[in-house]
Amino acid sequence: MNMLSEGRPTKQEENLTMPTQDAITTHTGNRALMVDEPLIFETGSPDRSGVDLPDAPEVESRLGGLDRKAPIGVPGLSEAEMVRHYTRLSRQNYAIDVGLFPLGSCTMKHNPRLNEKMARLKGFADIHPMQPMESVQGALELIHELAEWLKLLTGMPAVAMSPKAGAHGELCGILAIRSALEARGDAREVILVPESAHGTNPATAAFAGYKVEDIPANSNGRVDLEALKARLGPDVAGVMITNPNTCGLFEPDMKAISDAVHAAGGLVYCDGANFNAIVGKVRPGDLGVDAMHINLHKTFSTPHGGGGPGSGPVVFSEALAPFAPLPIVEKMDNGHFHLIEEETAEEHHSSSFGRMVAFHGQMGMFTRALTYMLSHGADGLKQVSEDAVLNANYILRSLDDILEAPFGKSGPCMHEALFSDKGFTNGLGTLDLAKGMIDEGYHPMTMYFPLVVHGAMLVEPTETESKAAIDQFVGAFRSVAERAKAGDELLKSAPHFAPRHRLDETQAARKPALVWTEPEDFAEAAE
Amino acid sequence: MSRYFTDEHEWVEVEGDTATVGITDYAQEQLGDIVFVEVPEVGTELEQGDDAAVVESVKAASDVYAAVSGEVIEVNEALEDEPGLVNSSAEEDGWFFRLTLSDKEELEELMDEKAYKAFVDGL
Repeated sequence: MNMLSEGRPTKQEENLTMPTQDAITTHTGNRALMVDEPLIFETGSPDRSGVDLPDAPEVESRLGGLDRKAPIGVPGLSEAEMVRHYTRLSRQNYAIDVGLFPLGSCTMKHNPRLNEKMARLKGFADIHPMQPMESVQGALELIHELAEWLKLLTGMPAVAMSPKAGAHGELCGILAIRSALEARGDAREVILVPESAHGTNPATAAFAGYKVEDIPANSNGRVDLEALKARLGPDVAGVMITNPNTCGLFEPDMKAISDAVHAAGGLVYCDGANFNAIVGKVRPGDLGVDAMHINLHKTFSTPHGGGGPGSGPVVFSEALAPFAPLPIVEKMDNGHFHLIEEETAEEHHSSSFGRMVAFHGQMGMFTRALTYMLSHGADGLKQVSEDAVLNANYILRSLDDILEAPFGKSGPCMHEALFSDKGFTNGLGTLDLAKGMIDEGYHPMTMYFPLVVHGAMLVEPTETESKAAIDQFVGAFRSVAERAKAGDELLKSAPHFAPRHRLDETQAARKPALVWTEPEDFAEAAE
Repeated sequence: MSRYFTDEHEWVEVEGDTATVGITDYAQEQLGDIVFVEVPEVGTELEQGDDAAVVESVKAASDVYAAVSGEVIEVNEALEDEPGLVNSSAEEDGWFFRLTLSDKEELEELMDEKAYKAFVDGL
């Protein structure tokens, strides 16, 4: 009997000729699951539709001659075609669920699935911000509980939960600083921002109406304390410092910086975007910080980078607490929770500078962040930052023999490892290495930032990667770095295996095509 | 006519009371392909060290500082459509703006071509 396999061999024939991949062409231009997907407008045609609308009834037009004359230009697709279009595009994405993401918590760290389950509980997900307070006591308690955790972890006495992301939190902190200074009749003009700070810091200070002045970094990649002290004076409202900074380094002089700024009558804003490296280890309140935002979407694993809205609560010192924005969740003596808003602010919170958002912030992110904290516990959170730092240092020391690590000699890094493109030959640079990493199946690291390092490559693995996963990444990185140092010509045209090869970024920036224009011979668009 | 350089990689060409300012060939090479240049408005009074212009490349956005003080009298409008001029001709056609010098003594703090070349070689 040979019934089941008749005409259908069940094992490979021997001695088959295997051509090189480049030699094979396909009728469609696709390569198995790697589909060359056209734009949705090029896919569509007017004779197809995903919906069946009834004919519009004849009515008297009241548009006064403003009726649309030209076709609306929406592509015609069946529902299945539309679903396939977006699913195919999504399969060309690189994501944290596909592989190690060396951009780290800066963009996206792993979001535990438990967070998602909790965020979908009806009592948190299906409520409205204008519901009577008595009917949302659980949600208010959750916001209050999370606020208490954030205060505990930072050693700060107050927190504003409403800011919606990092830069929004920065603005909130700087507005509180402005309010406090104005309240004491001492409005000042200048905010100092070190070179090692996040790029959003000077933008925030300028947006809040301050003049921004740079403070240089020293040769160890830290704030130049003496230069900072020399610049302090009665016109300086405060400083904005990122700690750990954008070189992936801890600012050991933070307390001395805060003391000097306070002595000169200024206030200290700390960019807490890199809090992931120090949770449970360092309390910013102990370092003299007056305001700091916490990116729930970075440090406490809520989705980000296209996966969900950010959330950037801001913690405040005693000096700034009275100026914190509304609303504030307060626990009352009877155990109930109350949202302090404008109506009740007079007696509770009269100096508040106002509001950052219409309602109370990102409820879904609060739920996820608290889930993350409670599932890790105090010891677990401490281990998160330990592992994040350990993983980054493992990468730093695994590659510092082949790549220059400009600050590697000054000791361990925090959550991210920084390299330069020194020693690359044949005109190859950081961009070419990044493109080579795409061929190796990795999303590239942060590049050309921070500006203080030539051809900077900043790698943040985060705490969730195993040693095996990091070893694999390091192996790929090392191999591409060796090619860059050897001047491998093929790197100049990488990536070779991605759906699109080397893109003309210059042309894209100089002459961006922002609108799809219909080619002349294109079929009439659907009406 | 004489040409001066700064340690921020700007060049200043002086003719009488007028100075033409741009970034050096070394600077354009470091920045990579320039995609956008923002020049100051005519009439702007610049103090030495002020932010005068912004140059954006595929790698980064950088400030261009006023190497000398003065009032901006002319800007290179060609850069709006063709920022690549800074790459192809940084020290000639890719000039940024012209100003009327308000303090010629400031020029004494700047480098001449030879000193700038030595400075760049040391980087």
